[in-house]
Amino acid sequence: MAKQREKVLVIVQLSGGNDYLNCIVPWEDPRYRDARIGVRITEDEVIPLDNGLGLNPGMSAFKELYDQERVAIIHGIGYPTPSRSHFRSMDIWHTATPDRVGEQGWLGQAVRQLDPSGSNVVTAVNFGNGLPRALAAPGVPVASVGNLEDYGLLTGMSGAAQREQALSAFSRIYTPGVGSGMVMDYLGKTGLDALKGADILKQAPKLYESTVEYPDNPIAQALKGVAQVHFADLGTRVFYTVSGGWDTHTNEVTLQRGLWEEVSTGLRAFYQDLEEHDLGPEVTILVFSEFGRRVKDNGNGTDHGSGGVSFVIGDAVKGGHYSEYPSLDVGRLIEGDLAYNFDFRGLYTDLLEDWLGLDAQEIVGGNFEKISPFVDAVA
Amino acid sequence: MSTVTNVGTDFDLIAHLLRRTGFGATRDELEEYAALGYEGALDKLFNPGDADALPVDLIRRYHADQSDLRIPPSSGSFWMYRMVTTKAPFEEKIALFWHRVFATGQTKVIQGKVMISQIEMFRKYGLGSFRELLIQLSRDPAMILWLDNQDNHKDAVNENYGREILELFAMGVGNYTEEDVKECARAFTGWTIANMPYMSTKMRNNTLRPYGYIAWQYEYDESDHDDGEKTFLGETGNFNGEDIIDIICKNPATPRFIARHLYHHFVADEFPVPQWPFEEPKDPEAIQIMVDAYFANDYSIGAMLRAMFASDIFKAESTRFARIKSPVEIVVGTLRLAGDFDWPTDDVYKATAACTYMGQQLLGPASVEGWMGGDDWISTGSMVQRINFASDTVGDPEKRGIKSIIVRIAERHEPGNVEPEALVDDCLDLVGRLQVGDDTLEGLVAFARDQGDVDASTDDGAGKITSLLQLIVSSREYQLA
Repeated sequence: MAKQREKVLVIVQLSGGNDYLNCIVPWEDPRYRDARIGVRITEDEVIPLDNGLGLNPGMSAFKELYDQERVAIIHGIGYPTPSRSHFRSMDIWHTATPDRVGEQGWLGQAVRQLDPSGSNVVTAVNFGNGLPRALAAPGVPVASVGNLEDYGLLTGMSGAAQREQALSAFSRIYTPGVGSGMVMDYLGKTGLDALKGADILKQAPKLYESTVEYPDNPIAQALKGVAQVHFADLGTRVFYTVSGGWDTHTNEVTLQRGLWEEVSTGLRAFYQDLEEHDLGPEVTILVFSEFGRRVKDNGNGTDHGSGGVSFVIGDAVKGGHYSEYPSLDVGRLIEGDLAYNFDFRGLYTDLLEDWLGLDAQEIVGGNFEKISPFVDAVA
Repeated sequence: MSTVTNVGTDFDLIAHLLRRTGFGATRDELEEYAALGYEGALDKLFNPGDADALPVDLIRRYHADQSDLRIPPSSGSFWMYRMVTTKAPFEEKIALFWHRVFATGQTKVIQGKVMISQIEMFRKYGLGSFRELLIQLSRDPAMILWLDNQDNHKDAVNENYGREILELFAMGVGNYTEEDVKECARAFTGWTIANMPYMSTKMRNNTLRPYGYIAWQYEYDESDHDDGEKTFLGETGNFNGEDIIDIICKNPATPRFIARHLYHHFVADEFPVPQWPFEEPKDPEAIQIMVDAYFANDYSIGAMLRAMFASDIFKAESTRFARIKSPVEIVVGTLRLAGDFDWPTDDVYKATAACTYMGQQLLGPASVEGWMGGDDWISTGSMVQRINFASDTVGDPEKRGIKSIIVRIAERHEPGNVEPEALVDDCLDLVGRLQVGDDTLEGLVAFARDQGDVDASTDDGAGKITSLLQLIVSSREYQLA
């Protein structure tokens, strides 16, 4: 009774600012060598791609996905008047509102379109503590999971029997009574949604069987959680994962390589898992970071920059390069940073319209040029 | 057998006061304040004496990162430790209030020490004259960097601070013109960071050792101040920042705006701030009480609050449990109830992280607009965090605060089984006189009954009481202050 699975979007957020220049490396460009005296990927380390560019040496597993033509590289992605504050820039990516402080997350709004009545409390699942602003929108339930294995409410209760009793009592005391008021009703509904989400999600690890070994690092384990929930067919359409530590002001070469090894091997394991379960075609992944980093290094690392790189990965993706690598000419830099040449809201439009089949204009606040990374567009 | 003292004192009212002016109260604290009567309790809150905080040099000795304060969780934890251990929680509530209104983030300011200094400034000036507070704020290095006033020059005006002092800090949208913003910004030219070029270089290469980080310092650079004539809110003169603050403070829009913030923080949830220009205050009479106190007492914030707390509006039953607790209130209140940490250990960092997971990163507000508050705090994700943090925190019968609750229950009853109704009553009383609805009460009693007999003097009984406390702090009512 294999039914047609609905398409899902997986976000991998690289928090802190992935250094574009040392991720997709213009290693043959003398201007790169001039700018990066101390923090350079050398010729013998780089993993060469086509057209004079190369990958960070930590990305060998990523290269396999690229060779399978599953990876779209979106060059020079950013937005007008870039903010070099992590928080503000991440906020802009999360709310798709660069010109003022946005109120709602772009994916929270997407979830509202996917499930207007909020009937499925696990339409969006975040792996990590707290809720990324991207998923926040009033009245939209989102499950936020630290660790799927022990996810739930009242996890601090001592005995299993006591916890069962307490959960049943919890459900009773959260059921809104007659005339208890708006605030109590809202608290009641939200608490019960949280409980329901936990009940649904805890099925996922039990149903999961796989021969794939995920590496033991946080992002790979989060991707394993994504696979578990996706395979359990709970109606989840949006998954969110975060890899932290990309703010490489010092010791960049070592740090960034290690981080890319984690992300790349995690993604490779995820794709092996999807293939093993024949569930790859329904999945598209967006990998993004809040900004790229300064062109000129600071000796041991790099400071905050602007224009960066994003990736769209999936069986439905036409692999290759999109947009253009920004110029390294000193005169073309903006305050020492690569100029952005593609607005990320265009990429969001691709994902919202042509992958999830939603109305993007309202969410991204206008019409933006798309890159059309998919083999067959939906609409 | 009952150990309840001060019969006749309204414990529920005192508990309400201590939830709003602090983080709730243990039974001991409640009895201490109740013994003073309501007016006496207010006197003590406004004149708390020694906060009995661990001296800063000791904190730094015991925890290296608390000396460096490199990242927001470090400085946030520095403050968290103070909030959980202080004997003067009202000071911290005031500091939290101004942190919310004057929301400054370490993400941009970078440096933890100046953030901590800003909070200390709120403790010192937060209940005093609003005029003095605004002057201190305008000279605060963290605020200057947060809103770029070091880039506000005589010949190149940066309007960021000039705008926000009017829009977000003192008056609110609709009470000034764009022209006023420009003139205001001009008046604050020259209010800058000392030795900026050197400090910029220094910050890029700033290292902890051997001398530690250098903290930004305020400086008034007369040579970069635009001394020309300005017209601001209808007055004309060669205004400097202090003159602008004078004009702001005497404008009636200012106390109305601040009173609405105070109401939101101390009385009941208001509309989110961005809606204020379009929505009347929920209780105009409460606002007027505070506005009158402001003008009658040289712009004193403390007088505004004292008048509010003395009013029937504040004392009314309908005002109790009328606010959704912020993450910091949930976290700090529960930690104080459980009697957690004596020293700034890693648990303090976990508590700070818990606030972040619930949506309130201390010293890292999402934007200069601070946090909306109210039901904005509540989502499925944040509910899981709130419930699990609170129930985890009270889940250990050996913790000082939990043990004290169990001992009190044992003292209140003859040895042997405590009836479920009485047990639930005792627990609700001892977590700070939490009032619950009938449905919740029935659910709690049913849970207590299902657990079987409880003898509070036994380990088994202590465990069952602990489970009941875990359920109580997971309730909807516990989400409210």
